[in-house]
Amino acid sequence: MYNKITEKDVAALRAIVGESDVLVGEEISPDYAHDELGGIEKMPEALVRVYSTEQISEVMKLAYERCIPVTVRGSGTGLVGAAVAVEGGILMETTKMNKILELDRNNLTVTVQPGVLLMELAAFAEENDFLYPPDPGEKSATIGGNISTNAGGMRAVKYGVTRDYVRALTVVMPNGEILELGAKVAKNSSGYSLKDLVIGSEGTLCIITEAVLKLVPLPKVSVSLLVPFKDMKSAIEAVPEIIRSKVTPTAIEYMSRDTILFSESYLGKKFPDTKNDAYILLTFDGNTDEQVEADMNTVANLCLEIGAIDAYIVDTEERKKSVWSARGAFLEAIKASTSEMDECDVVVPKDMIAEFIKFTHALSDEMGVRIPSFGHAGDGNLHIYICRDDLDDATWKQKLEVCFDRMYKKAEELGGLVSGEHGIGYAKKDYLKKQYGETPIALMQGIKRVFDTKNILNPGKVCF
Amino acid sequence: MKILVCIKQVPGSNNVEVDPVTGVLKRSGIQSKMNPYDLYGIETALSLTEKYGGSVECITMGPPQSKSVIVEAVCMGAEKGTVLSDRKFAGADVLATAYTISQGIRKCGDFDIIICGKQTTDGDTAQVGAEVAEYLDIPNVSNVLSVDEVADGKVTVTASLDNKTVKMSVELPCLISMENDINTPRLPSYKVKQNIKDDAVKFLSFADFDDQNSYHYGLSGSATQVERIFPPEKNTEKYAVMGTSEEQAGKLCDLVCKLKMI
Repeated sequence: MYNKITEKDVAALRAIVGESDVLVGEEISPDYAHDELGGIEKMPEALVRVYSTEQISEVMKLAYERCIPVTVRGSGTGLVGAAVAVEGGILMETTKMNKILELDRNNLTVTVQPGVLLMELAAFAEENDFLYPPDPGEKSATIGGNISTNAGGMRAVKYGVTRDYVRALTVVMPNGEILELGAKVAKNSSGYSLKDLVIGSEGTLCIITEAVLKLVPLPKVSVSLLVPFKDMKSAIEAVPEIIRSKVTPTAIEYMSRDTILFSESYLGKKFPDTKNDAYILLTFDGNTDEQVEADMNTVANLCLEIGAIDAYIVDTEERKKSVWSARGAFLEAIKASTSEMDECDVVVPKDMIAEFIKFTHALSDEMGVRIPSFGHAGDGNLHIYICRDDLDDATWKQKLEVCFDRMYKKAEELGGLVSGEHGIGYAKKDYLKKQYGETPIALMQGIKRVFDTKNILNPGKVCF
Repeated sequence: MKILVCIKQVPGSNNVEVDPVTGVLKRSGIQSKMNPYDLYGIETALSLTEKYGGSVECITMGPPQSKSVIVEAVCMGAEKGTVLSDRKFAGADVLATAYTISQGIRKCGDFDIIICGKQTTDGDTAQVGAEVAEYLDIPNVSNVLSVDEVADGKVTVTASLDNKTVKMSVELPCLISMENDINTPRLPSYKVKQNIKDDAVKFLSFADFDDQNSYHYGLSGSATQVERIFPPEKNTEKYAVMGTSEEQAGKLCDLVCKLKMI
């Protein structure tokens, strides 16, 4: 079992990071007891703000020796309780490690500390004529958090996910040892890829303290299309057709009128069109107007042929802002529309998206609960929210459990997986176990034991 | 109700370089777009005709490629538009521009309301609208936040006077210049773009105007001459003034006095 943090431990931690960066008891804000979705709550015994790899190493040496659990937290924007210190102990906050350390124009990489925010990295890359392609909706998430969940985002259709952009990591092992995993190289067949094991491990194997990320040249032209359909069925059924057209949009997002209206009310800003029930939002990028326009025309014509009501052109910064800022606020907007909610982030094969969404609509009717959704139609990753609204506690819990069970079962039937990008954390581990079965979970647990012999790093998460 | 919206084509980016030798904006290779402030005017016009019936037309002045902003306005829902284009119009300052536009408007017909954006992102003068109204001898209201009602030959608008708003009733025909961020402009339709008819865009030149005195147009019709165009100095230095409104005002006053800004 773990040891509780003593006054002596607090003094030792303060000696490492400084007096004001170790908070205990009531000094810790209640916000540190949960992540963005809430639901899973536990106050840490100590909040430790770290500033360097060396400090993290020293903290881990102490925690290892004293057998104190350590949970790493970035901006706290997670949705599955991964950064909640469910066993108490130390909550290590990395947001102060927020420096962009190097831009390597020869190798097209940027080296960052884990507390750099996604929006800061995106802006930095753009200022230097580069693009950091991973583009999750939550722009105030840290890069450390993005790597830990292998975040995907809206450009995954064309550019892939965070894993595809991590060249190397500096990590601190649970015993305090500092390691370099991967390298600033384009190819790597040098044994097991430890770096790739760490990506998506949700802070359970080691602590990321530096990352070398791949950049691509910034596409010179980017245009979006907002395509309205009479209903969600027609909208979603258009997606496989778009994919078959062999044009590769950067993003294919679907959204319903209801979700857009929540966003309007949340942001206090009107969306350019809310006359129709369902929309597909696509982006095309490239280096010439002609190329991007040709792609856009192909898809716009295709959509009109298969029943789209129109295709609205989103071609200037102002127009992009009016559309994409609404899309970026969907999660918060749905959250603000209800008393409580829980989310399901399943990923299914791209050609199964329509079937899965139809299933959630039928489930919503059958269970009498509101289940709004939006998501990445182009890569099969859906964000589905079960809203409590005015249900009493017992009914809410019962309906939530039934809805989740049936949705994860349906996703599995369609060849999908539990999480596309939000991770497993604490909230979804039972569903992971159900789907994967004994051997894969035992393999994951084995990997965890090799990295973390005392099971002090983010215990109780993912596969335990 | 007939509404005319005045629009302009401007550089697509705010980061337009100025040629240090000639002092001219380097427009080559820079994408262009409709002046973002004009979009609020188009949206206002389209919303009014949805409510009261009627039609929306647009007018622009510029080189032949300005046609694209008329096409864009038609894709947003305008019926048609006119490009005022002639070499004789080149080099016009606000006065000559306003005069040229007023001449163009006279050739386009009679309108109940003429709507302008607050200003343009390239010229930033915010004077053309009022001057066009003056040349057309019709009432003008600037900084309009909303058009509240059109009835009995009058339009009632709410306009901003910086720290307060004023509601006023103006006789038609009139010209109003819209504030920015007052609505969410609708998006241009690809479907309309594919089916746009040739007669949706009309060109008018000097030869079409009633006033054939070329000294009233372009550089020679301008009351002002531009001596030099230069990019504003960029200053990223920041100083945050914290505290209550009163404390902030006091600190800010001390600061600007210390910096000898007042």
